[in-house]
Amino acid sequence: MADRYTINLDGSDVAFADGETLYEIAERHRKEVPTLCYDPRLEAFGACRLCVVELEGARNPVASCTTLATPGMTVRTGTDKVERYRKTLLELVASENREIDVDPLAGHASQELKALVDRYEARTGRFQGRQSGASREDDANPFILRDYDLCISCNRCVRVCAEREGDYAISVKGRGFDTQITTEFSGPLEDSDCTFCGQCVHTCPTGALADRKALRHADVPGEIEKTRTICPYCGVGCSVDIMTKDDRIVGVQPAMDGPANLGALCVKGQFAYDFVQHEERLKTPLVRGDDGVLRPASWDDALDRAAEGFRRVERKHGPAAIFGVASGRAPHEAAYAMQKLMRAGWGLNHIDNCSRA
Amino acid sequence: MSNPLEDMEKPDVIFCIGTNMTECHPVAATRLKRALAGGAKLIVADPRKIRLADISDVYLPLRVGSDVALLLGMGHVIVRDGLENTGFVEERTTNFEAVRDHLRQVDMGWVSEITGLPAADVERAARLYAGAERGALYYTLGITEHICGVDNVQSLCNLVLLTGHIGREGTGINPMRGQDNIQGAGDCGALPNNYAGFQPVDDPANQQKFKELYGREVSLERGMTKVTALERCGESVFGMIIDGENTLVSDPDRHHCERALKSLDHLVVIDIFLTETGELADVVLPATAWGETDGVCSNTERRVQRLRAAVPPAGESKPDWWIVSQIAQRLNIDGFEYESARDVFNELCAVSPIYNGLDWERIAEGEYHWPVPDKDHAGTPILHQGEFKNGRGILTVVSYRDPAETISAEYPVWLTTGRRLESYHTRTQTGRAQGIDYLLPEELLEIHPDDVATYGLEDGGWAKMASPRGEVIIRVRATDRSPPGTVFSSFAFDDVPVNVLTGSGYDPITHTAEMKVCPVRIEAAEAP
Repeated sequence: MADRYTINLDGSDVAFADGETLYEIAERHRKEVPTLCYDPRLEAFGACRLCVVELEGARNPVASCTTLATPGMTVRTGTDKVERYRKTLLELVASENREIDVDPLAGHASQELKALVDRYEARTGRFQGRQSGASREDDANPFILRDYDLCISCNRCVRVCAEREGDYAISVKGRGFDTQITTEFSGPLEDSDCTFCGQCVHTCPTGALADRKALRHADVPGEIEKTRTICPYCGVGCSVDIMTKDDRIVGVQPAMDGPANLGALCVKGQFAYDFVQHEERLKTPLVRGDDGVLRPASWDDALDRAAEGFRRVERKHGPAAIFGVASGRAPHEAAYAMQKLMRAGWGLNHIDNCSRA
Repeated sequence: MSNPLEDMEKPDVIFCIGTNMTECHPVAATRLKRALAGGAKLIVADPRKIRLADISDVYLPLRVGSDVALLLGMGHVIVRDGLENTGFVEERTTNFEAVRDHLRQVDMGWVSEITGLPAADVERAARLYAGAERGALYYTLGITEHICGVDNVQSLCNLVLLTGHIGREGTGINPMRGQDNIQGAGDCGALPNNYAGFQPVDDPANQQKFKELYGREVSLERGMTKVTALERCGESVFGMIIDGENTLVSDPDRHHCERALKSLDHLVVIDIFLTETGELADVVLPATAWGETDGVCSNTERRVQRLRAAVPPAGESKPDWWIVSQIAQRLNIDGFEYESARDVFNELCAVSPIYNGLDWERIAEGEYHWPVPDKDHAGTPILHQGEFKNGRGILTVVSYRDPAETISAEYPVWLTTGRRLESYHTRTQTGRAQGIDYLLPEELLEIHPDDVATYGLEDGGWAKMASPRGEVIIRVRATDRSPPGTVFSSFAFDDVPVNVLTGSGYDPITHTAEMKVCPVRIEAAEAP
């Protein structure tokens, strides 16, 4: 029975589960098979052919992402032959693109092509010539740069929009050098069903679709650091990475392994982060003066004044005259401390949060 | 939610009522859309032809505020045709006979008249949901923001209990929470009726427990809700501390709210911006924002997750818990000697049975759904498996009543309010994010093209909209997303304060305002 579920992978017998592809098995065994059109969240597409492997008995190498394992297969993932094949393919792909080195702020997967071209030393330029895809410089939306000169027709954007977002806002027009990613009626994204969720941006392996808002910070010096947290908007609780350079927030990227969102975000979580370092942030405590005007104060003075006011109200009207409202936007610790203040402070349950409106 | 988000991909029938999920919980909606791609059927009940309606199998454009009538109609069809899950009803519910007898008396002609829906569509929806292998129900504020919000929820519970679509994978009754940590605020005991972990304050055992923990006896009496507190400002409430809420803009009946806050002797506001509410305060204290604060939040599926600071605080801003603790210490209240968010969270875990199995380190990867009663517990993604918390699920006799205000000759149009994809609540945050204005620059009144003509308006022109409480000038957008006779607007923009109109009534139990129904009068107006 064991034979039913094993293949020979680079000389070792390995088990597999029903329905697994050769790529998935190789990935599980850390074979570093290169891909460009592959996104583990999407149906396998088999377009880029980089994931080819040698399969004993087959005349040509096969695309491992679309080949289901069957018992007894013998597969070789890194022979000289497939590695040469992959390098040539990468040279063909790279020859079309104006640039290979795109800024990492462009998107989550934006470094995939560059990393492979470097790994295979595929910057030869020996296939220089025609290009496919025309950039949409006319689309002035503030969020998604549509630099299709860098498009390699992997269709990940179209597929993620359909399969993951369920919006079908973009599609592929034409074939070969005439391939163009476009919307219905070929207009700007704003006039399509696009909701600016950014999923297409973050699955793009070349920067053809890029986070235009984040790229404003491309010239800011410093290394990009990522901090894993949860989106500040609705109650779905999507995991995100805040992108910072030094102490500046330069963008947000979805966490592909976020348990609530699996790599998805919406326009708010993806793009509406810059309130944090907005110039209008309240930076010091404010206290109202005798003249009725709010003025900056030290923490000590403001806290004394805040406490004294409650002491005065309690003396004059009793503890039941004090009420606390906790936030549905602040962390647990804020709400817990606030309810404890009311209960331990005045012995009453005069505490609520903003869920009723 | 009784069931986790991942379950949204598993039902064969999904019933969405009063939830504009593609705009308000867009990422959850992606899962729902995947269920549909896999062959699931979708029933959508919403007065507005929202995007979910476009992809539904049965669309029920009910009149605003008529949800109970619709759900009585569906319940009627279920008991009339014997579609109830008899085994489930017998084993796990109580009061079936009374509810069955009540539902039998419901007249489908009456349902049709109240809701404006063809009886055949209500029948179809009932048969589809009752006949599902795994039926899942999702709702949001379209159910709760009514004077009959509790009745609406109980009507939904009845449907779930009659059909047994609960306690299993891919089923459940699933309210979608609107704010990133509104679930958490409740978990932490920021409620007038519960200590942390939903431990009732009127239980003497809990009183004793917290007396030992907090060093002070807390009243057995439930506290006021915020709605009541605002009503009593200047009469019996004179001091208030508000954290992170722009009460003035988000709450109904803005004029009333402003009078209330102004009548206080002492108002302390903690926020990240000087909001309209902060402008009324005696002391405004700057809090650290998202991205600057370490902490914890709970999402709509009860998943407890960590928030992490990525950048230093703006100016002198401080974490909310620090600010509250400093005030407490100045008032000589014991138990606020926290040194970190971790200290506060771990105390919460220790005092809250649903969090007893959690601590700061254990939630680092966000894999736990509460309740997590002890350290060996794996968490509870699906509630109500095998048994309900209180034993049997209680079926409740629910009757329809009209909204607090109904349309009249003077106010002939229904206004219903809600949110839009691109803006969040009162735009304190999204309004300050570069680019959002490109997609949504201003408030819009969505009106059916027929009504645009009826009221002498122009698409793109201006309208004056008035309720008994006030009026606003608002730009007109003709769209068939609004049915004839019903208009829609959000309340996101401070320059079009739609909440001067709302606030006709409140649910008597939850004190949630009827934000979804407000009769108004509309006429053409000059540009402001």
